[in-house]
Amino acid sequence: MDSALIPKGVKRCPIGQFLLWIGANGAVLSWGVFAMLLIYIKGLNQTNMNNAYGFALWIWADLAVIALGGGAFFTGFLRYIVGKDEIKNIINFAVLIGVICYTSALLILGFDVGQPLRGWYIFWHANVHSMLTEVAFCLSAYLIVLIIEYVPVVLENRQIDKVPFFHRLGHNMHEIMAVFAATGVFLSFFHQGSLGGVPGVLFGRPFGYREGVFIWPWTFFLFTWSAAAVGPCFTILITKLTEKITRKKLVKDNVIELLAKISGWMILFYITAKIADTVYWATVTAPSKGFTFMQFYTDNPGSLYGLWILILEIGICGVLPAFILITNKGRKNQATLLLAVFLAVLGVCLNRWVMVLQVLAIPVLSFESWATYLPSWQEIATTILPVAYGVIMISTSYRYLPIFPQEQELNPIDEPASEAQSAEPEPETTDAGPEPELSPAES
Amino acid sequence: MLPFSFEWIWDPSHLVFHGGLWYALSIIGLGVTYCVIKAVYDITKGKGGQHH
Amino acid sequence: MEKENAKKYGMVIDLDKCTGCGACMVACMAENNVPFREDETDKLLSVSWMRVYRLTNRKPFPDTEECFLPRPCQHCEGHHGHSPCVSVCPATATDYDMDTGIVSQIYPRCFGCRYCMAACPYHVRQFNWWDPIWPDGMERMLNPGVSVRMRGVVEKCSFCIQRYQAAKEQAYMEERREIEEDEYQTACTEACPAGAIIFGDLNNPEHAVHQIARPDPKHEGRSKNPRAFRLLERLGTNTKIYYLSSRDWVRKAGDNYLKDELKGKTHS
Repeated sequence: MDSALIPKGVKRCPIGQFLLWIGANGAVLSWGVFAMLLIYIKGLNQTNMNNAYGFALWIWADLAVIALGGGAFFTGFLRYIVGKDEIKNIINFAVLIGVICYTSALLILGFDVGQPLRGWYIFWHANVHSMLTEVAFCLSAYLIVLIIEYVPVVLENRQIDKVPFFHRLGHNMHEIMAVFAATGVFLSFFHQGSLGGVPGVLFGRPFGYREGVFIWPWTFFLFTWSAAAVGPCFTILITKLTEKITRKKLVKDNVIELLAKISGWMILFYITAKIADTVYWATVTAPSKGFTFMQFYTDNPGSLYGLWILILEIGICGVLPAFILITNKGRKNQATLLLAVFLAVLGVCLNRWVMVLQVLAIPVLSFESWATYLPSWQEIATTILPVAYGVIMISTSYRYLPIFPQEQELNPIDEPASEAQSAEPEPETTDAGPEPELSPAES
Repeated sequence: MLPFSFEWIWDPSHLVFHGGLWYALSIIGLGVTYCVIKAVYDITKGKGGQHH
Repeated sequence: MEKENAKKYGMVIDLDKCTGCGACMVACMAENNVPFREDETDKLLSVSWMRVYRLTNRKPFPDTEECFLPRPCQHCEGHHGHSPCVSVCPATATDYDMDTGIVSQIYPRCFGCRYCMAACPYHVRQFNWWDPIWPDGMERMLNPGVSVRMRGVVEKCSFCIQRYQAAKEQAYMEERREIEEDEYQTACTEACPAGAIIFGDLNNPEHAVHQIARPDPKHEGRSKNPRAFRLLERLGTNTKIYYLSSRDWVRKAGDNYLKDELKGKTHS
């Protein structure tokens, strides 16, 4: 039915199957939208946040999703600035993931404020000294860049490309893409960094506070670096997941392995810097404020924060994936590759959790106690909402746009039905059938 | 937000922040404008829709 | 960065006198139209600008001692007016006033991002998780000098700034600029039956707070009074509330110390 929209030279599942898939995700999405409407109408009392936990699940989700979306800017940097040619085979997908991640973050930020109708104040009444201001501006500007990077892919849809203006527009945008990519790198450096600055400048919270250089606490650089390092791992993870669901190879191994190798070395340098920062903070910064390092991880009945979280974040989800990914064997073995990228992604999520929620859990006044927090169902539903939305976006983009340049080469159409894509035989030519100009082997 | 609002102060951080922001936004704006205008120009020059 | 006649309003709270009666909390709520809900059991959802904490020395009977500590907003100055909360607000909805030393909160400007709440180590900033609902008839008792807040904004102790405004207006009408010590007093100060709270201008040598707290301008306002301490002084928040206590464990409870620091000399 929609075969005219499907790119040439590739097969897609029947539209009924596709709509069923979208429908299932749409149901999850609707649950999230319902929760979102509850929050807009009834207010933030729908959450389990309180005066001790002003920041909670949503802020963590924002930080995590933006860090993981860092694959877009770093892959763009590798492709357009450094000039790694193989990256062109995954850059479209990385940009798509970036668009999903950043629109999700802005979506969540929309309802994560007490007065959503005043959201524009952050732009109009900006306090230039605040890290959050920097975040808001750079994030919004970078989303514009991401959309600009994604528009040419949309314009390559078979039907849209037929319109001469859109064809030329896409072509021109490709020509100067390096300019947009460079701007994207510049903006990403600052907003990823400012997100690190958010806990880092809190001199009233010794757990989050870091010294630094000029106005930037060390967490500024650590956050940017970890986003650049682990973003590509998230891209690889989602690529592998997409390959599993579509039951097709979409990107050649050498591309994945190149990205994994670069990511591995980035993670290694990041984790070294992170360990150095942690040691300095634990032995110099925190004690200067009267806290021992262990105070942040012990004596908290009812709270889960223990040393295990530090070991997990830095050791298992930092050092281990780095050492896997820098070795050829580790990258080539699918199991270890998947393990490494998964752990790296988990590590960055853990880091963002620790830097938001553990900061707030820890009492600073000596006569206060640890605070506990568990998200409400509304918070969970609205956090899963972007995941469902992302799946729908990827599915639709994959179906109608040439996201993966190597797909055709890796999945030649006249291959005997090793793809379990079309469940039924194709007597009619209307459903996802092969293109008439290809080999006459079918129907 | 703007120099004529009462809370505005001329200080280095304002200059750095707004300088960087407007520079980035200008690059983006000019880039997109260039692409659109060139596309229109190409069409009028008859370069048309080629398929790759 | 202080001007010639800049005031620095602050408090001295004598913990040897505080009985924990809570009159200061009640007076504050009445003066400042602080909202409340039917079920106030969850204190983490309550709005309570002034809050009385109960401290203990954590020793078993018969050495157990307790102390009550009223905690309003500390109106931190930080370094040259950079309070932890003021520097982080993205919408300039809070401001450190160099003329009075008061950290203000601008309700129509706040869009409820709660970054200031994350920044404040004293938990003085509270959020309006709900819209305030006043029981029938109570809206007639609201203080007309204080705006009522809406759902979704942060609020905190303002050192009864409306009373400062009223005193300034009174002085202006009487064709003078300066206001006297007793013309501007916060609601909690007036309500305390034990006289544990003293309020005034820390920069004015004639005011009681200055004479008792004896802030040292060369050391970011650190008190020269051996009985005095400020909460979390080591963080560099440079607060305006000076607590007095003759008990060493109470003074120690005001900050965090490493074990070997506690064994050494006492901190003020």
